[in-house]
Amino acid sequence: MTTVHPPAHPPAHAEARPSRFSARTLWLTVAVVLVVLFSLAPILWQVLTSIKVNADIAAIPNVYFPRRFTLQHYIEIFNRRPFLNYMLNSFFVAFTSTLLCLALGTPAAYALARLRLPGERIVLASVLIVTLFPYILLFIGLLEIVRATGLANNYLALIIPYTAINIPLTILVMRSFFQQLPRDLEDSAKVDGYNTWQMLVRILLPLTTPALVTTGILAFIAAWNEFIFALTFITRESMKTIPVAVAQISGTAVFEIPYGALAAATVVGTLPLVILVLLFQRRIVQGLTAGAVKG
Amino acid sequence: MTDPIRAREQRTGWLLLIPALLVLLLVYAYPIGRSFWLSLYTQNLGTELQPVFSGFENYGRMAQDGRFWQSIFNTTVFTLSSLFFELVIGMGIALVLNQAFRGRSAVRTIAIIPWALPTALIATTWAWIFNAEFGVWNDILMRLNIIPQGQGINWLGEPTLAMMAVIAADVWKTTPFISILLLAGLQSIPGDLYEAHAIDGATAWQSFRQITLPLLMPQILIAALFRFAQAFGIFDLIQVMTGGGPAGATETVSIYVYATIMRYLDFGYGAALVVITFIVLIVAVALAAWLLSRTRSALRG
Repeated sequence: MTTVHPPAHPPAHAEARPSRFSARTLWLTVAVVLVVLFSLAPILWQVLTSIKVNADIAAIPNVYFPRRFTLQHYIEIFNRRPFLNYMLNSFFVAFTSTLLCLALGTPAAYALARLRLPGERIVLASVLIVTLFPYILLFIGLLEIVRATGLANNYLALIIPYTAINIPLTILVMRSFFQQLPRDLEDSAKVDGYNTWQMLVRILLPLTTPALVTTGILAFIAAWNEFIFALTFITRESMKTIPVAVAQISGTAVFEIPYGALAAATVVGTLPLVILVLLFQRRIVQGLTAGAVKG
Repeated sequence: MTDPIRAREQRTGWLLLIPALLVLLLVYAYPIGRSFWLSLYTQNLGTELQPVFSGFENYGRMAQDGRFWQSIFNTTVFTLSSLFFELVIGMGIALVLNQAFRGRSAVRTIAIIPWALPTALIATTWAWIFNAEFGVWNDILMRLNIIPQGQGINWLGEPTLAMMAVIAADVWKTTPFISILLLAGLQSIPGDLYEAHAIDGATAWQSFRQITLPLLMPQILIAALFRFAQAFGIFDLIQVMTGGGPAGATETVSIYVYATIMRYLDFGYGAALVVITFIVLIVAVALAAWLLSRTRSALRG
């Protein structure tokens, strides 16, 4: 997959002289192999650890090509820990908050893209700045709210903040999408007697599905990965999400960390996201660049 | 201006906007405002968790607090080093992914994967890689004869080494974000610019310095700003990898705030720490926005 062939026509800024082709091919091959190694090696090591037997995990020097394989670590995390529960919790919280942030953020994005509201520049600037805030800034205030409303160990304590942290992204990506749509569409809808609401739901919504998917994937990833709120607001074992549950496997073992189980847990917990990336690489790139650069 | 259609449109606009704004106010504006307010009070075990007004006492205490300054120092070292390596490696990866080669789309996909993975899980992976006894990093160094056999380095147990380890993990995890943004920027640079430059006899390095870097500057600044903010608030990676240790050597501001609140139940002081972090971020954002507008107008001019 990483074999490199001289391109049929050289890119404009490549050396034009044919004698340099082999040199270029060589360094490009090396560079591509390095990029792939850089990106995959740590994950592959974790996958390998998760299917090694304990003796091989703790072998010195390290075993790179084990002869014995086991699924014991995977069985262990599902049998001795409520790992299926953690997965379902993460799915539920991430999915619900993704739907909510799309439902709240998309209309707001449309208003900011088209309806020329007074003060929209201030709203937009605030939304942009807010995307830069680390969650620790929100931590004390949210903790007080969660305590005052008795929302500790309630999924809402995660769903509401996760919705909020994804709204700025939704607004930025969807707004740039709405701005690219031709205005004629809305104008003719208005001539046909639609009001703004009807036009939004019947004409624009079907068109926005690809952009909604893009935004939704980014929001889902952010919600699945969130750590500090999940660590603090949810303390009941059966309600924990994946990041917290996996982190505590390494944190609670006093004598010996179960490296195999930890590796298996990491693999299972990251698998949904790896699949998302493999399926939606282009959309993720589009969403990220639209969210960051359009500001 | 009292056009009724226009007025109705604006009313609809606010109706569309307000639900999202309310959620943002609840989750962003209130907690940050609350931290400003609470930072003027002492609320800890000493006051039996009741808020007692104490003016700027928390800020005075901060000036004397060696652990606070240590955490600021650690955060600065962490942020600047990871930002530097991420920009250099991210630029390298973006340049490679911008070349034409077979399987490019697959490699682009692979290069995004680290960014998408949960930081807390990745932290356990890197803690395992840097494990003193069985870690693969020590093993590689021994096989390359860089360190003597059987004398594995305790990466997470030595202050400086632990900092290097968490920086390495962060660089791995977030470089893809930078290379994605830079690649998008590279793709928007027209190829004939390079062609004309090459005809003038410029080397590849000269083209990079004189065309790529200046035209890419907006993307570089945006990526750097995002990464600065995230690295400055880093929590999950360090909490899971080292817990801020050994001996506070990797304790960043976020870790210190978390410990102040959750372990010492010192809410007033924790709020003051949040306020200072907030102000540092706002100053950085203002600075970056100013730089960005200057580069953009320089590009246009």
